[in-house]
Amino acid sequence: MRLTDDERVMLDGEQGEAVAAAMDLLVRYGEVLGAERLVDTDNVCGANLFGSRHSLVCGSPTPDAAFSEHSLDAPTVLTIPPVRAQSYQLIGPMDTKHWQVQGLPQAEHDEIIASERYNAEHGIHLLTTCTPYQVGNVPLKGEHCAWMESSAVVYVNSVLGARTNVEGRESTGAAMLTGKIPYWGLHLEENRHGSHLVEVTTPVESNRDWGLLGYWIGEQVPEEAIPVVDGITATTPDLVRLKHFGAAAASSGGVELYHVPGVTAEARTVEEALAGRTPVERLTYGPAQRREAYEHLNATATDTSVDLVMIGCPHATLGQIRDVVRLLEGRRVHPDTELWVFTPRALRHVAERNGYDRALADAGALLMSDTCPAIGRFLPKGTRVIATDSAKQVHYLPAIMDVQGRFGTLAECVDAAVTGTWRGEVP
Amino acid sequence: MSQVVLTGRGLVGGVAEGEALVTREAISGWGGVEPREGRVIESRHELVGQSFAGKVLVFRGAKGSSGWSGVFHLTRLMGSAPAAMVFTTMNTKIALGVVVTHVPAVTDLDGDPFELIRTGDRVRVDADRGQVIVTPAGG
Repeated sequence: MRLTDDERVMLDGEQGEAVAAAMDLLVRYGEVLGAERLVDTDNVCGANLFGSRHSLVCGSPTPDAAFSEHSLDAPTVLTIPPVRAQSYQLIGPMDTKHWQVQGLPQAEHDEIIASERYNAEHGIHLLTTCTPYQVGNVPLKGEHCAWMESSAVVYVNSVLGARTNVEGRESTGAAMLTGKIPYWGLHLEENRHGSHLVEVTTPVESNRDWGLLGYWIGEQVPEEAIPVVDGITATTPDLVRLKHFGAAAASSGGVELYHVPGVTAEARTVEEALAGRTPVERLTYGPAQRREAYEHLNATATDTSVDLVMIGCPHATLGQIRDVVRLLEGRRVHPDTELWVFTPRALRHVAERNGYDRALADAGALLMSDTCPAIGRFLPKGTRVIATDSAKQVHYLPAIMDVQGRFGTLAECVDAAVTGTWRGEVP
Repeated sequence: MSQVVLTGRGLVGGVAEGEALVTREAISGWGGVEPREGRVIESRHELVGQSFAGKVLVFRGAKGSSGWSGVFHLTRLMGSAPAAMVFTTMNTKIALGVVVTHVPAVTDLDGDPFELIRTGDRVRVDADRGQVIVTPAGG
């Protein structure tokens, strides 16, 4: 890989051992990719909030040790300087307000708070969400970014036209310290054209419909595919629908960029999305395909009782929170069931000002932030069945926590929370 | 049966040998692998329940969450990493994953590893030379 003079200076250690280790990691990674060079970035989203799960395996309990090992893959413990690039903490392991609901011991809470303080002291913005694009980090079309979080990557690539690959903890840690990332894959214009044409022949309207479509596409196309979704005529999607769509496609498969001609940033027409080329493959999505995706998403469930309803994967918008509040009007969550809604901490503050927090609590539900059950690995005690309106959460949570998962509409999920019973209908 | 030698691009240097665990499917790291035991947990994956710890993992590549490298990084620290990795589809998740797992890794092979390597075969991965040497089980 060719390095510029400023990159060479970093690699040679003139800016300290940690910057040198970061550059070393980027070079090792870039060479495996076959990248020819690095590109400057001033927009990095990573995950450096550590609890005992990460600190225990480091051999040293200090935050510098955790960052050196987990965020830089460095062979020794380094003193980490303030970050160079604008850097953002993604979703983490703990709700700083409702951590006791998660069942976390005081010592674990204290360790994560110390880790958060360490991030803040190093200049990392504490967004603590999987949806930075909702709360203060909205990259521009063409902006070179280095983001983790597959659902956020596919959103900013596709909807906004920003340029990032799916980065990992170590590459974003290194990018924070250097302001560099390998110039490879989706950073290059020629790699951003559509490859697979999906012709949608059935109405796709609700969040559930978009989740099903995304999940099916992710299962059908290879990891490197860039799907072009044609035939969306019933409605224009919005932020929430595309948030659910991309998250689903990045869970069942590896979709990092898609085009919805007329809607997303880089494609006004199908021809433009495909750059005038013939698609590698044409797929048709109709009622049978929708049914198949629904069955796959509900494959782990046999029981009809529901212990937890989870809303907010990826983190809920204010609109979604208000929808839950309205669906709960005049009703109460069943005594044997929990209803948890997850949102970015910035939006929780707004939700509190709007009274949504209080309205949810009055109905027996809980508004949480900063984390989710899959990331934080927590559930109400004794949970056997979860229900959610998120294809992504129902893909991961049953595997991670060994529970059954139900997937349906928001209204079906709230109904399950109120009755304690799943009554969702096959679309 | 005789040995088969595949040649490709060595990514992370070193030599390792072990029993093959083969899947044509891509693997999810975060949410698809339990790092403590190196066990695949993705509900409908063909390897669900099986551990790759100490084995030569032959697979299509990486899919799913951006936590892929972080989970394989943890398998190294917890002693449950694969002995080596042989894969066919490059992306950023697998590239960073092999870098931080510190095990020999080879891709771009001159033959189809899914046709030529079966689960249980003895496989030697020489990433310094970009070679994968397969001794069929029972051979």
